[in-house]
Amino acid sequence: MKEFKILAIIAALVGITYYGIEPYAHHVMHPEVKAADFTFGDLKNVDTKLAGNVANGQVLVEANCLACHAIEAAGHPAMMPNADAAASYGVVPPDLSHAGRIYDKNYLANFIFDPVTAMKLSHKYPAGGAKTFPMPAYNWMTPQEIMDVVAYLQSVSPKVAEGQEAHKATYDAACGRCHSMAYAKSEATTPKDAIKAYMGATPPDLSQYIKSRKEHYLHGFINDPQLLLAGTSMPRVGLNEKAQEEVIAYMEEIGDSKKAERESVGLWVMLYTFVFAILAYLWKRKIWSEVH
Amino acid sequence: MKDESRRGFIGKAFGAVAAVGGVASLIAMKKTWDPLPSVMTAGFTTIDVSALEANKLEIAVWRGKPIFILKYTDDMKPTDGRTVKVGDFHYSVMIGLCTHLGCIPAYRNDQKDFKCACHGGEFTSAGINKFGPPPRPLDLPPFKIDGNTLVLGEEGPEYKAMMAKAGGA
Amino acid sequence: MAEFKQADSLYEWFDQRLGIDKFVKVMMTEYWIPKNINFLWAMGVLLTVMFTLLVVSGIFLLMYYKPDVNMAFDSVNYTIMQEVGYGWLFRHIHAVGASVVFLVIYIHMFTGIYYGSYKKGREMIWISGMLLFVLFSAEGFSGYMLPWGQMSYWAAYVITEIFGGIPLIGGDLVVWIRGNFYVSDSTLTRFFMLHVLLVPLAIIGAIVLHFYALRFPHVNNEAGEFFDFDEEAEKYLAGDKKNSKVVPFWPVFLSKDFFVLGFFLLFFFYLVFFHYDFAMDPVNFDKADGLKTPAHIYPEWYFLWSYEVLRGFFFEIAGISGKSLGLIAFALAQAVFFLMPWLDRSPMVKPANQRPYFKYWFWFLMVDLIVLTVYGKLPPTGANAWVGFASSITFLMLFISLPFVTKAEAKKVGGK
Repeated sequence: MKEFKILAIIAALVGITYYGIEPYAHHVMHPEVKAADFTFGDLKNVDTKLAGNVANGQVLVEANCLACHAIEAAGHPAMMPNADAAASYGVVPPDLSHAGRIYDKNYLANFIFDPVTAMKLSHKYPAGGAKTFPMPAYNWMTPQEIMDVVAYLQSVSPKVAEGQEAHKATYDAACGRCHSMAYAKSEATTPKDAIKAYMGATPPDLSQYIKSRKEHYLHGFINDPQLLLAGTSMPRVGLNEKAQEEVIAYMEEIGDSKKAERESVGLWVMLYTFVFAILAYLWKRKIWSEVH
Repeated sequence: MKDESRRGFIGKAFGAVAAVGGVASLIAMKKTWDPLPSVMTAGFTTIDVSALEANKLEIAVWRGKPIFILKYTDDMKPTDGRTVKVGDFHYSVMIGLCTHLGCIPAYRNDQKDFKCACHGGEFTSAGINKFGPPPRPLDLPPFKIDGNTLVLGEEGPEYKAMMAKAGGA
Repeated sequence: MAEFKQADSLYEWFDQRLGIDKFVKVMMTEYWIPKNINFLWAMGVLLTVMFTLLVVSGIFLLMYYKPDVNMAFDSVNYTIMQEVGYGWLFRHIHAVGASVVFLVIYIHMFTGIYYGSYKKGREMIWISGMLLFVLFSAEGFSGYMLPWGQMSYWAAYVITEIFGGIPLIGGDLVVWIRGNFYVSDSTLTRFFMLHVLLVPLAIIGAIVLHFYALRFPHVNNEAGEFFDFDEEAEKYLAGDKKNSKVVPFWPVFLSKDFFVLGFFLLFFFYLVFFHYDFAMDPVNFDKADGLKTPAHIYPEWYFLWSYEVLRGFFFEIAGISGKSLGLIAFALAQAVFFLMPWLDRSPMVKPANQRPYFKYWFWFLMVDLIVLTVYGKLPPTGANAWVGFASSITFLMLFISLPFVTKAEAKKVGGK
């Protein structure tokens, strides 16, 4: 009985200390921010209830977008090598094959209307300032035209098998132009010098970001970078919730590939240790019965 | 008697020789820990400032730290105790690490000031903190003026005067 | 030469040449431990097991780790953690083990303080134990540098920078320790040498000394009672096990240790597999960058109380800078624990709850250490800085007052 009391005191002291240095301290260092908003409710320039016309969308896209953007999935490969594209625009313009699948509809429509506002990069590209974003705003299009474009992009988006294939496809499309991932043996598609000049600093390699930032932070950050890192050059990319989960899943596959094994082995080891402890207790009781 | 005193003397002499060997070994071991010659020479960086362009930030590396060297244009006024004169021109020579948390501030040519991206701190062209969390001006590296060159790592008279002034402030 | 007759068995052949029988008696079956003990007495064996786990996991990590600033991080986080068979397991055991070993060290140390196991003949056990604490601290500090993450780098930077506070030789000393003006490859490789060879050898030596020092004064007991071990041993060997006050190390004492070990390992492995952030800080999964200071730098939890004493003095007092005061206080804080046997002026060997004044001193110390630990983690701004100052002063005052408190206590109890 006395030994339980001693154990309780130790548990209490350790528990209080643990609370102070982990949950409490982390709360102080990283205060909670607004939850992720996957409706992108701050963007209201386009009426997304309008039904888009795919055929008209195709016409608009072919007339306006193919000058800079490739759409492999619709048979429109990149016009020039990445290095040249980066030299021309500052960054490699994204291939739009997956855009319809991975970007939120409301975001995508508002992005086309006004890219800088959608990306929350007004601090980097102030209106009337010296620096202009390489993609112009399409606010001269009617809301119907913009929804037609969105509908077309959604229609050409290739089906990807659930799981690893989807994870990698989404990650490459959403993040691969700027971020390298050494552990996946991939470099950013925009050459290093170009992306550094374009962004102001080299976007970090994401190989271990699942371990250094963890899922909770990434969930909030990708949805709205400015909320957690005010002033950052990283655009709000507008991923829908499913696409964002795919990106995080890919980061886990590359950065913490042994997670499943760790959790499975862990359960077996704990079970074994429990059996060991019970047997040790029984042996101890037998030995000590002779001396009490 | 004689044998004992000889044995005593030889014993002491042997002990002394062993001790000398021990000390010599320790000295050798201490020297193995010393920084390598290549490290010591890298402790001094020489920069020819006459070739620099005015209002264009030059970043040299000294002892692993970025050093900001900024040549003033004619309209940039030197700040007493912070600005260095080399030949006919004025320069700011400072350690390019924000005094808040060590990020490297960026130079804005149009505003002729430094802005730190990490937490928004701002410094004048002479490196004096003017806005935000930085608690003090950018630190000054030890330097010596040698004609038209700047030698970082050595404390010249101008540096000593600037440090004395800063200490008194 | 001893006479060697024909041996009847393989065991007897070895026994003739190595004295196994005698050795086993001296070290195990006739090594007498008091019966009147609780599970806190198992901490020593727990530490031995933890140290073994650390050495063994370290051996396997050593096969793949590269002590070079360009390769260290990836050799750990890519090769060991994701490629090597069970590499992740050895890394987790090593990192979590290094943290948990300090939990057990502190429980073991404070048990010693609580029961007065540092005085009346047990001073060398205490001194060798405190020496082990210092060596384990050096081992932990040097080991943390090796993955070369942001925390590895900046902890190394901050702690080596401290030595610059020493007058006259400070600046040169820092460069000498680092092997460069800044924390660099030369710093990494020499701390690798310390971590893998020199400090482990010193630890093993100190463990041998610690175990040896236990033999003459004997292990303490829950009541602090002094009795004749030889007499009690005779009773036990004669068959009167129930009335003897002692038990043999093997199998009786160790059987209890194994039982405690079993449940401890359950807790340990839970942490290793499922809850390891406290030991593998996320910030350290960013590669070291000397030009980018993290927003929050802090040492491992077991150094937090010391860290808080170091930065607890943030203003000038009597012409001495806060930085220097902190450095002096920090050095004193490490040294005072060594002096326990002489600061405690009461000859009483009793658990704290039976000592009228010491019990208050003990729990006051526990609370102060917890406050120092928690505030060592928090940003030292505003009110936090003042709490840090108050608790650092309290810590020093506690040890300065100990001789007076215990002398008064001895007087009150009549010097028993």
